[in-house]
Amino acid sequence: MGPLIPNGFIPGDWNFVIAILLGIAFGFILEASGFSSSRNITGVFYGYNFVVLRVFFTAVIVAMVGLLYFDYFGWIDLAKIFILPTYLGPMLVGSVIMGLGFILGGFCPGTSFTAIAIGKIDGLVFTVGLYLGIFIFAESFPLFADFYNSGNMGNVTLTDVTGIAAPWFALAFTFIALAAFWGTMFIEKRVRKNIKEYKF
Amino acid sequence: MNVQNSTNNQPKYLNPYFGGVLLGLLVLLTVYITGRGLGASGAVKSAVVTTTETFAPDHARDNAYESKFVSDDHSPMYNWLVFESLGIFFGGLLSGLLFGRVKKFRTEHSPKITSKTRLIVALIGGVLFGIGSQFGRGCTSGAALSGSATFAFGGVLVMLTIFGSAYAFAYFFRKLWI
Repeated sequence: MGPLIPNGFIPGDWNFVIAILLGIAFGFILEASGFSSSRNITGVFYGYNFVVLRVFFTAVIVAMVGLLYFDYFGWIDLAKIFILPTYLGPMLVGSVIMGLGFILGGFCPGTSFTAIAIGKIDGLVFTVGLYLGIFIFAESFPLFADFYNSGNMGNVTLTDVTGIAAPWFALAFTFIALAAFWGTMFIEKRVRKNIKEYKF
Repeated sequence: MNVQNSTNNQPKYLNPYFGGVLLGLLVLLTVYITGRGLGASGAVKSAVVTTTETFAPDHARDNAYESKFVSDDHSPMYNWLVFESLGIFFGGLLSGLLFGRVKKFRTEHSPKITSKTRLIVALIGGVLFGIGSQFGRGCTSGAALSGSATFAFGGVLVMLTIFGSAYAFAYFFRKLWI
């Protein structure tokens, strides 16, 4: 029966109402987890706060396993859900640029919106930067249009690329996540002992 | 609800694993209802396209990138991700009010750097994240989180590369944070 809107169970008019409600839940979870603070977020890269890893990895495995259950019970038609297309080269380059932007800015787009909401000027400035960056990208697009469209592999899943069934990936991600949760617990303890610049 | 307590009036946050379960269930619910995941950078893109269309309509239609998102029937702001991102702001505000984190405007930075440095670097970081998200077909929400959760190859690729490269760059910018 799912996805509900593409299958016509919920009329399309409700689309934007649902968008706002899901957005509110998203913003609430991000803020309540501590992502309105850039210093909480970047802790994952210096070992003093692994909250990003914990929240992100938990979310990915819950959603992955959940989708498999929904599919198993016949609640969702996985053929009808959107699969992000893969553009190999542009995605790799874009992600490296985003990684650099992440370590400098301390936010990603969604988290910066929640930072603005609680009064963080650095979140606001980061968002202005996003706007400028996308503007610069759009204006100079003709220069790299060919590269932008290169490496198109289509809307492929991990299974399409590797031939390995989805549940194996869910299982592997779960084990990797559990190992990471366990290992980072010790790293965090050690790093926190030697850091004075950050209050916990 | 398990709330982490910390010393000297530091903010109280959800237990990260509890927050993660909630976020995972939200992604699942979003995919179940809409057939797609969550996002964030797309809303800023809509804002950029709207600005160009308002001040230079011909230019927006000529621009090979922006013209993809211009339509005759409605404004580019009339877009799912724009409404969802408004929600992100209000959801953040709600949580901030509930946990007492909404305060007057301030800049958070490491004691080793000034507010000015922090803001300059935040702006540069935003610009880079904005540019990168266009090449990456989404940011940490749309590509890395929702993409990975739906087993998209590109999603996992973006997730690993963003975090991997941020780790690689982290050493060089450590003075900004620790």
